Amino acid sequence: MAETLAESAAPRPAAVGPAEARRPPMSVVGPVAWARASLFSSWWSTAITLALAYLLVRWAMGLVDWAFINAIWSVPVNDQGIAQTQACRALEGRGACWAVITEKYRFILFGTYPYDQHWRPLLCILLFIGLYIVSAMRRFWRKELALVWVATLVLIGVLMWGGILGMPYVPQERWGGLAITLILATFGIAFAFPLAVLVALGRRSRMPAIKTLCIVYVELIRGVPLISLLFMASVMFPLFLPEGMNIDKLLRAQVAIILFAAAYLAEVIRGGLQALSRGQYEAADALGLSYWQKTGFIILPQALRLVIPPLVNTFIGLFKDTSLVLIIGIFDLLTAGKTAVVEPAWQGFGVEVYVFVGLIYFIFCFAMSRYSQGLEVELNRHRVR
Amino acid sequence: MSTTLDSAVASAARTDAPPAILMDKVNKWYGAMHVLRDVSLSVAEGERVVVCGPSGSGKSTMIRCINRLEQHQEGRIIVDGMELTDDLRNLDAIRREVGMVFQSFNLFPHLTVLENCTLAPIWVRRMPKKDAEELAMEYLTRVKIPEQARKFPGQLSGGQQQRVAIARALCMKPKIMLFDEPTSALDPEMIKEVLDTMVMLADTGMTMICVTHEMGFARQVADRVVFMDRGEIVESGTPDQVFNDPKTDRLKTFLSQILRGH
Repeated sequence: MAETLAESAAPRPAAVGPAEARRPPMSVVGPVAWARASLFSSWWSTAITLALAYLLVRWAMGLVDWAFINAIWSVPVNDQGIAQTQACRALEGRGACWAVITEKYRFILFGTYPYDQHWRPLLCILLFIGLYIVSAMRRFWRKELALVWVATLVLIGVLMWGGILGMPYVPQERWGGLAITLILATFGIAFAFPLAVLVALGRRSRMPAIKTLCIVYVELIRGVPLISLLFMASVMFPLFLPEGMNIDKLLRAQVAIILFAAAYLAEVIRGGLQALSRGQYEAADALGLSYWQKTGFIILPQALRLVIPPLVNTFIGLFKDTSLVLIIGIFDLLTAGKTAVVEPAWQGFGVEVYVFVGLIYFIFCFAMSRYSQGLEVELNRHRVR
Repeated sequence: MSTTLDSAVASAARTDAPPAILMDKVNKWYGAMHVLRDVSLSVAEGERVVVCGPSGSGKSTMIRCINRLEQHQEGRIIVDGMELTDDLRNLDAIRREVGMVFQSFNLFPHLTVLENCTLAPIWVRRMPKKDAEELAMEYLTRVKIPEQARKFPGQLSGGQQQRVAIARALCMKPKIMLFDEPTSALDPEMIKEVLDTMVMLADTGMTMICVTHEMGFARQVADRVVFMDRGEIVESGTPDQVFNDPKTDRLKTFLSQILRGH
């Protein structure tokens, strides 16, 4: 081999030794070089760059003016507890009235939960966030984590309802705000995901009854909007119940959300199952693994890794879809925000409230997104050579 | 056809022990296509059988019927004294005793080499993890890649992956090994390392059925060569008989094509 190479290379100058390492050509990428090439390569390009830069700076300055420089952070409150918002109104939109947030943030976060008991939903929110953080760390991925989840969720239930340990009972109708959003989203994902795995597996089952059941479920649920499911859960479902029997409204909405999300997740997971080569199934069969061993050790770990991006996409969608419960009168974060500006003193300051609420949604969704990107790299390390 | 049955009976008679694998008039169809026609084959314990034939002749389908990756529709298949039926307990027992190596390796890419080898012993054989790892290292040493145990399959060359696949199958301590064109997906320079591993395995007295076009390997280790064409066993005999004294035109044509190719 070496000889033939040397021969074929003979016509070339002998100075090039066979072992001389050649570097790839140098690429010139500095900020200045980049800007020259991409932004100022021609007079036309330069003109567009300058025009857009001008607009960008104008807009950014306007935003800073509105959000910080002209903003009002607090307003006086009179003897009757009514906020004096004349200063805010005098701004006429030139500055943000953040006073609505400083005044109303407890209502937005906790809804109509009794004021002196706000520490309970606050603790629940912190418990949820703690639960997310612990679950996100790989070193806690053990069987005990399931127990931690059960214990935390039970604790959250106890805190929200109360009625024991000297905490007064708070009926579900008075829960609200961020705690409701987190409850709906967390229980939604925690139950929809395992259900979706089963449905996805069932849809590929060789047993016709199971397969048909799963297909009908997915197609039925996917075929209707979440809003109509929520309506059915809140309005129609109680009609079928015997007189006097009443299932909690939040629970009904929760079940509707779980069923809805599971249908979508099942299709995402099925996509992952189909992406695996038949050889993986055959190799597992040939080794004598049982169906559940094959599924648990070989098929699902690979299939789920493949679909992390669309899975998280659906999770994020689910998180925001929980805001639709407002149409059946459940007081989630968005509804609480909307209600906060109904009060006459604060009418007209919706933008500030929606920015605030949007920021909270964004923090949770962005955290999910960033975490999933890290997870994807981590779990697919075996595919990197 | 009669030569097939004669030699099948003869090889079964050579040893008094019951055959490791007995296929009796096995038929299989894919839709209307008849892919196995009255295939009868008896493989004695410790016998090494090489199956060759043109592509689409049913070689792979035949050996995949032995551990029921494919289901036959007529005839009987008895493996290690157990008949392959719809009874799942029998199937599990047979799959435990029959190891298989695939053309495309089919290693589990998300598990390390060591985990690939220990998974089935731990969960199917209920072996303690430590013992399974020792066993896996022993076989990885035998296929000469113990230093790769902590890597993922994707980090190995094709030849190394196929040797891992062999070690993975051996970790189940099977009585019978099936090879389905184990070198066909490999670059030429890696074929030898895999064949060497298979020769080494043959020397241990393992019962083997190999679908392969490697005639050198067949001559070196096979007790018997079976030639298949269009779903039936056309000829079978010692490598010498089959390669040097083909009886049928079909085998003659096949051999001339193979030899021209080499």
